[in-house]
Amino acid sequence: MAGVAGPGTGQGAAGGDGDDSLYPIAVLIDELRNEDVQLRLNSIKKLSTIALALGVERTRTELLPFLTDTIYDEDEVLLALAEQLGNFTGLVGGPDFAHCLLPPLESLATVEETVVRDKAVESLRQISQEHTPVALEAHFVPLVKRLASGDWFTSRTSACGLFSVCYPRASHAVKAEIRQHFRSLCSDDTPMVRRAAASKLGEFAKVLELDSVKSEIVPLFTNLASDEQDSVRLLAVEACVSIAQLLSEDDLEALVMPTLRQAAEDKSWRVRYMVADKFSELQKAVGPKITLNDLIPAFQNLLKDCEAEVRAAAAHKVKELCENLPMEGRETIIMNQILPYIKELVSDTNQHVKSALASVIMGLSTILGKGNTIEHLLPLFLAQLKDECPEVRLNIISNLDCVNEVIGIRQLSQSLLPAIVELAEDAKWRVRLAIIEYMPLLAGQLGVEFFDEKLNSLCMAWLVDHVHAIREAATHNLMKLVQKFGKEWAQNTIVPKVLVMANDPNYLHRMTTLFCINALSEACGQEITTKQMLPVVLKMARDQVANVRFNVAKSLQKIGPILDTDALQEEVKPVLQKLGQDEDVDVKYFAQEAISVLALA
Amino acid sequence: MSSSSPPPAGTASAAISASEKVDGFTRKSVRKAQRQKRSQGSSQFRSQSSQPELHPLPQLKDATSNEQQELFCQKLQQCCILFDFMDSVSDLKSKEIKRATLNELVEYVSTNRGVIVESAYSDIVKMISANIFRTLPPSDNPDFDPEEDEPTLEASWPHIQLVYEFFLRFLESPDFQPSIAKRYIDQKFVQQLLELFDSEDPRERDFLKTVLHRIYGKFLGLRAFIRKQINNIFLRFIYETEHFNGVAELLEILGSIINGFALPLKAEHKQFLMKVLIPMHTAKGLALFHAQLAYCVVQFLEKDTTLTEPVIRGLLKFWPKTCSQKEVMFLGEIEEILDVIEPTQFKKIEEPLFKQISKCVSSSHFQVAERALYFWNNEYILSLIEENIDKILPIMFGSLYKISKEHWNPTIVALVYNVLKTLMEMNGKLFDDLTSSYKAERQREKKKELEREELWKKLEELKLKKALEKQNSAYNMHSILSNTTDE
Repeated sequence: MAGVAGPGTGQGAAGGDGDDSLYPIAVLIDELRNEDVQLRLNSIKKLSTIALALGVERTRTELLPFLTDTIYDEDEVLLALAEQLGNFTGLVGGPDFAHCLLPPLESLATVEETVVRDKAVESLRQISQEHTPVALEAHFVPLVKRLASGDWFTSRTSACGLFSVCYPRASHAVKAEIRQHFRSLCSDDTPMVRRAAASKLGEFAKVLELDSVKSEIVPLFTNLASDEQDSVRLLAVEACVSIAQLLSEDDLEALVMPTLRQAAEDKSWRVRYMVADKFSELQKAVGPKITLNDLIPAFQNLLKDCEAEVRAAAAHKVKELCENLPMEGRETIIMNQILPYIKELVSDTNQHVKSALASVIMGLSTILGKGNTIEHLLPLFLAQLKDECPEVRLNIISNLDCVNEVIGIRQLSQSLLPAIVELAEDAKWRVRLAIIEYMPLLAGQLGVEFFDEKLNSLCMAWLVDHVHAIREAATHNLMKLVQKFGKEWAQNTIVPKVLVMANDPNYLHRMTTLFCINALSEACGQEITTKQMLPVVLKMARDQVANVRFNVAKSLQKIGPILDTDALQEEVKPVLQKLGQDEDVDVKYFAQEAISVLALA
Repeated sequence: MSSSSPPPAGTASAAISASEKVDGFTRKSVRKAQRQKRSQGSSQFRSQSSQPELHPLPQLKDATSNEQQELFCQKLQQCCILFDFMDSVSDLKSKEIKRATLNELVEYVSTNRGVIVESAYSDIVKMISANIFRTLPPSDNPDFDPEEDEPTLEASWPHIQLVYEFFLRFLESPDFQPSIAKRYIDQKFVQQLLELFDSEDPRERDFLKTVLHRIYGKFLGLRAFIRKQINNIFLRFIYETEHFNGVAELLEILGSIINGFALPLKAEHKQFLMKVLIPMHTAKGLALFHAQLAYCVVQFLEKDTTLTEPVIRGLLKFWPKTCSQKEVMFLGEIEEILDVIEPTQFKKIEEPLFKQISKCVSSSHFQVAERALYFWNNEYILSLIEENIDKILPIMFGSLYKISKEHWNPTIVALVYNVLKTLMEMNGKLFDDLTSSYKAERQREKKKELEREELWKKLEELKLKKALEKQNSAYNMHSILSNTTDE
């Protein structure tokens, strides 16, 4: 195949060289040097076009040296450049020439601005894969070494992200050197570099031989995990996940666990937060035995940590932790070792902790089964449904489906209703919006009878809410309900109420009728639309408010396809024609648009 | 990096949830009500076990001089016990005893001579460390706006304040001997002290500022270390977290440190200016420390005028694109720099600088335009402009001419007329030439614009053509290959 691809690319390149006299490099470089930053940025973003115009040869010999030399620009331009160069291999002549891209990227990897540096590193990682093993050792590895021993912290920071991509393909001797460089960055003088090294420790460990992991990575991990700066220590927790996956249980116990135990009790809440945040990953990485012996006690401590941030992070993980416990003995462990702490959290002093718990607690019912759920969890759900903080209540309601599967929603409906009603009338519209979104789900679980009796009036009340977003969501909600309960239900319960609003003195409510019709017509079908909705819409074409009239035009356009030809020709067409002559420009515009879309002209 | 740096205090749970926001914005009134008189404990009360009760010790002044030293150390040790101030009813008696004891200690070291003996240093530093060094708690307001919001105050201030007071009296005492103290006040100590500058409580940061300044003054061996650590804090602030409460205080200390630098400036100091101080201008909360930052920059330029060009080029590189408030600050700093600039240095940067000023003058934000036009009220700047009028007038003319016709704000138009008049008086001939060539110039610009568009259009066509060619050749190859396999 390589032989076949050769002539193909050669041909393309030759074609480019043929007409490049049209584009002297000076003109193109002028564009890259334009005084206006925005224009310069535009040019850089089209760097591939320029390279294409120049052909591979001149891109290598003229464009790239220019780019390497003039790297002092606005960070935004540099960012675009760093990104472009990552995809440039084809434009310089393929993998054999990929190393030509290294010099400009090397400079970019040393600039101050983090975003630029990170992008340059990303591009370098990409290009490293395109190097042949020989080119990798001849060009790429020396670059990594230069960066790793750079004067200013930025280049050393960038180097940290490049070790893992060149290590697997390097020769034995070079591998040792790479490890040596990584080791020294892990104990760098500058905390920024140690942070960078710590954040890449896990990734690097994964490409190392197991012996080196044990003899080199573990000591580095231990050091970083006891760094004087908490910002370094917490990154070691992340690395712990990757390292733990590589080691056997015995090695883990001896080499990693002492450090992890220490991290879970670190004096800085940030480190403890990180342990809580990474808990599920840690649990999977260390396996069931260590989880039972070590992680569960640590988790209990995190659940009663003195900082709310830590408790909230741990509370978020409750469900995953329980789910991932080994089936055997799971119920007992949860009931005896986790549930007592959860009960405490339900009445925590911090609303975010309660809210985090509320977002996962319902998931425990599937794990614990019907009996336990009714006896132990249900009281907690009910307590949270009465919580003073709306977010807690919302989180419970939004996860009702989990409970529904296990014990059915009826157990809850007595407490559910007051909670829903209260949220539905909450003073904050975002809370109201959130509860509306759960209505179709609730309706499905509670059944049509319960819905008609208790919730229907709420759904109609939202249609006249004073916030547009709520009215809009309410309209959408009606559509969902009709899809669930069918058109007969719509005809009896929803449509009459919606149509009555067409006579409301407030034009916003009259428009809501139109919006509802837009949403419902399809679900209701031709008959209801033609017989009940269309007359109302047509009548509203005479409304005195222009906004209502142009929404009539929009509605007609929307429901037109559902109507039959007769109705369209005899009823819709004359009205639209009349609106097409309206004195208001918007009304005219939308009427004409409807006429042309419905092909009534 | 930024994603893996420590979770900002609010990530786990925004203090103000989405549902509490109105139209996406937090109501000021809600926010205000929330944090009136908030205070927070230090994140150190892990265990709920009750503290041992304190028993009052005899007064130092009543002790014989033999016993005094022993009693002094006992009191220091007693003050190492910490109390939970979030719980306002617990340990009331013990808290009061500690407060009284701390007061007595402050009094004791500031009024008596010869009481800071060598054996006391260890206990003194231990007491200070035990009280002030702590992990700062998460901020309970993730979008804390220091200009707008009340800061969260340290709950244990009644004790901590006295400890800081004591620390200062200790450092400032005539008996204080750095040669002994350096065994205890070492790099690790300073490191922890610097971390406290992130405290949200301005009273604490104020004490820290004075304390660190004294330490810098008295411990020569720690100076380089302190500078390096401040350097790291700033770099982390700019490139990683964008959050650190004590930037202004640290810059204030640096201002006087820079003032004391010996000449010629070391490379390390110049690097600090260019790689740390100048990038700090990009910070979101620049308003909070701009005065101190500009002071530091000007201090450097007064020491070494050859730094003017790189500094101004640096500022131009980071010139704010969308934040008018910051632009006004930049203009203020430029004026401060121009106030001390040497005419030879001015010549080196006049072109890029006045291109930027010309943009500012035509800003549609009138405060930016006004601030830039005020340069023409500055006698020294005016004299520099006059000396270089041949260079500057052509740069400025286009914008000024256009604004005099188009700007929406009458004050700006009036100011521009004055500036144009001043410039005309400096070189009438050039002014007339520029006026008459103004239209032709605009047309030439338009033509150039068209040419650019044309060029790019051609390049795009070429790209399409090549893509097509490539596709075709790939297709041909493919068909050849498939033909051969078919046979």
